[in-house]
Amino acid sequence: MQLDDLYRRVIIDHYKNPRNKGAFEDDAVTVNLNNPTCGDRISLQLKVEDGVVQDARFMGEGCSISMSSASMMTEAIKGKSMEQALDLADKFSKLMQGEQVDFDEYEDLEALSGVNKFPARIKCATLAWNALKKGINND
Amino acid sequence: MNTAWIREQFPILNQQVNGHPLVYLDNAATSQKPRAVIEAVKHYYERDNANVHRGVHTLGSRATDAYEGAREKVARFIHAKHTQEIIFTRGTTTALNLVASSYGRSVCGEGDEIVITPMEHHSNLIPWQQVAKATGATLKYLPLQQDGSINLEDVEKTVTDRTKIVSVAYVSNVLGVVNPVKQIAEIAHRHGAVMVVDGAQSTPHMKVDVQDLDCDFYAFSSHKMCGPTGVGVLYGKKSLLNNMEPIEFGGEMIDDVGLYESTWKELPWKFEGGTPIIAGAVGLGAAIDFLTEIGLDEIDRHERQIVEYALERLSEVEGLTIHGPRNRTVGLVSFNLDGIHPHDVATILDSNGIAIRAGHHCCQPLMRWLNVNSTARASFYLYNTREDVDRLINALIQTKEYFGDATR
Repeated sequence: MQLDDLYRRVIIDHYKNPRNKGAFEDDAVTVNLNNPTCGDRISLQLKVEDGVVQDARFMGEGCSISMSSASMMTEAIKGKSMEQALDLADKFSKLMQGEQVDFDEYEDLEALSGVNKFPARIKCATLAWNALKKGINND
Repeated sequence: MNTAWIREQFPILNQQVNGHPLVYLDNAATSQKPRAVIEAVKHYYERDNANVHRGVHTLGSRATDAYEGAREKVARFIHAKHTQEIIFTRGTTTALNLVASSYGRSVCGEGDEIVITPMEHHSNLIPWQQVAKATGATLKYLPLQQDGSINLEDVEKTVTDRTKIVSVAYVSNVLGVVNPVKQIAEIAHRHGAVMVVDGAQSTPHMKVDVQDLDCDFYAFSSHKMCGPTGVGVLYGKKSLLNNMEPIEFGGEMIDDVGLYESTWKELPWKFEGGTPIIAGAVGLGAAIDFLTEIGLDEIDRHERQIVEYALERLSEVEGLTIHGPRNRTVGLVSFNLDGIHPHDVATILDSNGIAIRAGHHCCQPLMRWLNVNSTARASFYLYNTREDVDRLINALIQTKEYFGDATR
């Protein structure tokens, strides 16, 4: 088990310097999700216009994996249609199952590929993506 | 205490995890099992297995003797006055739910009070929330001191003549604090309330005497005290249990069944509907023999030494916050490392072969009280050594370095 497979530099960078952290002042689609097994929480906000994610922000408390995943996810989905965003979520699920996936849209995401070797941590990485799916499907 | 001999009794400890000898520090979640327990369960299935209380045949008698023999061992272990006061359950959670659903719902009404603390495990909190909702009773919380302990003056102020039930953990699974349940029981009784004690974290580690505590109910699990999972105990005073209705109905628990009316067996069987976890009870009996042979006083002394050493070493780690009182007698310590999430701490420790727990420990209200999202927890038992503590400390220092370096 190689720790560096899990904690790649780019993950730590997103953890220490999260992108899109905060909340919109005006209206946005808001999804709150908990990971009941560990107490981690995320609040995801999406600005959707004409079926396109114009902007995304998140707030939350969590480990380096859950927070870096949220940071990357919000970067990756900006400018994507809702279908494209859901496709990304599906690709991310495959990545978590150990499949080889290329993220041409946002390469940082590939850094999370090591998580699948740490089964106890997969739910950390998928928290933000589950919030995304919930937000789009309820919208 | 001969720790080397004790460690030999636990086959699971003798293995490498992620290239390092296993250091198991998650005992508050579940303990490991000694050979004597594993053998007792194996022997039961290989030689004596049959259903209980109905066998005319020899195996049926042997299984019944083994199961009821385990009940007698439990009664002696916690100093119950009568063997019928021992009810086998699935664990502490089921035991506390039985008290809440049967006793709680029948005695509580509008305006009555149930008193618990914010440090309770969810299993000693949600059942009472449910009783309060169903009956209109008020759920009241004893305030905690700065260090997480309970002040008896606050108990005096909180418990009133409207209080029907006081339910408190003997030992907190997060703070490691031992609550003065004997004194709380005395206050509860003065107001006509019953005292329920969650003994999940105390029973494995110290001598328990339910008659001395004078508690009315006492619940604990086998799996945290070297026994199998899936079995636990509810102790209750006979006078209370006799007047309580069962909450599970079916086989094993009936006296006479008619088309429209049925009657129940005597204590304790009226509360044990369905085929019980016979092998689990036999394993728990073996665990009690094992712990008694070593001596609870010896285990207690050993744990005090280990936790004292652990607290001393942990306080040397910069940026590490220890939750709960500084003086403690029970071998568990919850902590947080500045800027590093407990999950990340636990993963790095695991890569060093060290098992700890990270999360909310089924104590979300207590996490809010501590103003943290989760904590890391190292919990010790009779087989842990000072070397285990040293390995923990070294790995924590490595965790800090790892997360420090990773940002460069």
